Amino acid sequence: MYLTREEEQILNGEAGNTLRQAIEILVTLGDIYGAERLIPIKSAQIAGVSYKTIGDAGLEWISDLQNKVKVPAILNPAGMDLKDWDKLGISPDFAEKQKSIVQAYEKLGVICECTCTPYTLEGFEVCYGDHLAWSESSAVSYVNSVIGARTNREGGPSALSAALIGKTANYGFHLDKNRIPEVSVDVECPLQESDYGALGYVAGKIIQNKVPVFHLRCVPKADELKALGAAMAASGSVAIYHIEGVTPEICRLDFKEPEEKITIERYQLDEIYESRRKTCKEPELITIGCPHCSSAELKRVAELLVGKTVSKELWIFTSREIAKRYPDYIRIIEKSGAKVICDTCMVVSPATDSYSSVMVNSGKAFSYIPGMCSAEVVYGNMEDCIEEALGRTEKKAGDSH
Amino acid sequence: MKGRTISRGCAKGEVLLSTDPISFLGSVDPKTGVVSEENHAIVGKSIKNKVLVFPYGKGSTVGSYVMYQLKKNGSAPAAIINLETEPIVAVGAIISEIPLIDMLEKNPYTILKNGDLVLVNGSEGYIEVIEQEANEIEK
Repeated sequence: MYLTREEEQILNGEAGNTLRQAIEILVTLGDIYGAERLIPIKSAQIAGVSYKTIGDAGLEWISDLQNKVKVPAILNPAGMDLKDWDKLGISPDFAEKQKSIVQAYEKLGVICECTCTPYTLEGFEVCYGDHLAWSESSAVSYVNSVIGARTNREGGPSALSAALIGKTANYGFHLDKNRIPEVSVDVECPLQESDYGALGYVAGKIIQNKVPVFHLRCVPKADELKALGAAMAASGSVAIYHIEGVTPEICRLDFKEPEEKITIERYQLDEIYESRRKTCKEPELITIGCPHCSSAELKRVAELLVGKTVSKELWIFTSREIAKRYPDYIRIIEKSGAKVICDTCMVVSPATDSYSSVMVNSGKAFSYIPGMCSAEVVYGNMEDCIEEALGRTEKKAGDSH
Repeated sequence: MKGRTISRGCAKGEVLLSTDPISFLGSVDPKTGVVSEENHAIVGKSIKNKVLVFPYGKGSTVGSYVMYQLKKNGSAPAAIINLETEPIVAVGAIISEIPLIDMLEKNPYTILKNGDLVLVNGSEGYIEVIEQEANEIEK
């Protein structure tokens, strides 16, 4: 790989051990994937934050690093709400470790906002064609697909290395040739809201790591695109998708229709909703906000809960900044007995582990909860989730879409 | 014998061959370096201070951090030789400063035996067999 003189010097250790290791990671990954050079990035988003996932091993590594990040860098969700951590019964030991991880990142100059939707935050705008080093799989999918920026699915150490150097190796989804559709997905049935998460869950399993182009009969909203990409990145490892007539890259570039074609039909999505009837247990916990709720989703939750009282645990996840921006929605939601939780989510927080059946409106959470939280999972749209939490579902069971 | 540099540095140790891929998260005890995955080719053996030969990594990205923890606990392999390294093990070896070479010009499983004393020079991209293990029964 070609390196500038300055990059060579960093690799030789002239800028200290942290930067030497950081650039060695970038160069090695570049060599493995055939990159010709390093390219500047606009921002980084770093995975490896929850103590539940990285443990003492990760904490030790991050704490030992020096220097400051050179580009705006932000964190993935942590294992708990960093302010109200005892709200979900997190143990003081876990909280202590989790705070140490966040403080270690803070020392490196990382913005300690923990969210999987950083593209909604002020000062963290992403534009078409920007090169980034982002980790969180749903955020990667969103910025690649919906915005037309360019990032690989970075691991925690490689995203942090990219932030410390301000560059990443030019391979994978930074290159035009790897963003071209490889499989065409035709969906004839009309879709709305959580149908997109169900579609993503079904499609990701079939597509795996290929680049799909969807032909839909309706135009999805931003939150629906977010749900589709998040689910495909979880059940498969789709990092970029296109939707004919919707996403920016396919509208600007003249892609050829791929030879490989699949069709997804309504009954395949209905099977996901059938989970409500198939599980052994009633849902004990209902969670919304995977990926983190947007302002529109918070508003909808507030509308559904206004003046009502929940009879089951209902957790709404969002970023701290969005929660701060809409105090009225938060007040309405919390008045119902539901909890609004920031900085974390149902997948990476150990709080979910104490429930044996969880209801979600997210294809991503549907994919991860059985393995990561050892719980049964039930799928429904947002309205059904709220109904379940209000304890008014008997009459609707089995008719959940 | 030449190979591709993945992680720099230079170390020697006794060869431990694993025909199975390794997931450092879950398969290896970060304190002792003993492989704990059931039915694994080298289950029950310690990778501590060995020149660990395995085809490639598998499993969670947290594996990179576990390699770092092994190093800090003094239980990491001295060096690693892979057929073809994937990013989790590559990143883990770099942050843990474990020399790692892959894509050797000859298949390491045919030329190396358990117990051979081998030098791995990650910086210059070669390995050297210093001493062949006399007892070749163990494979």
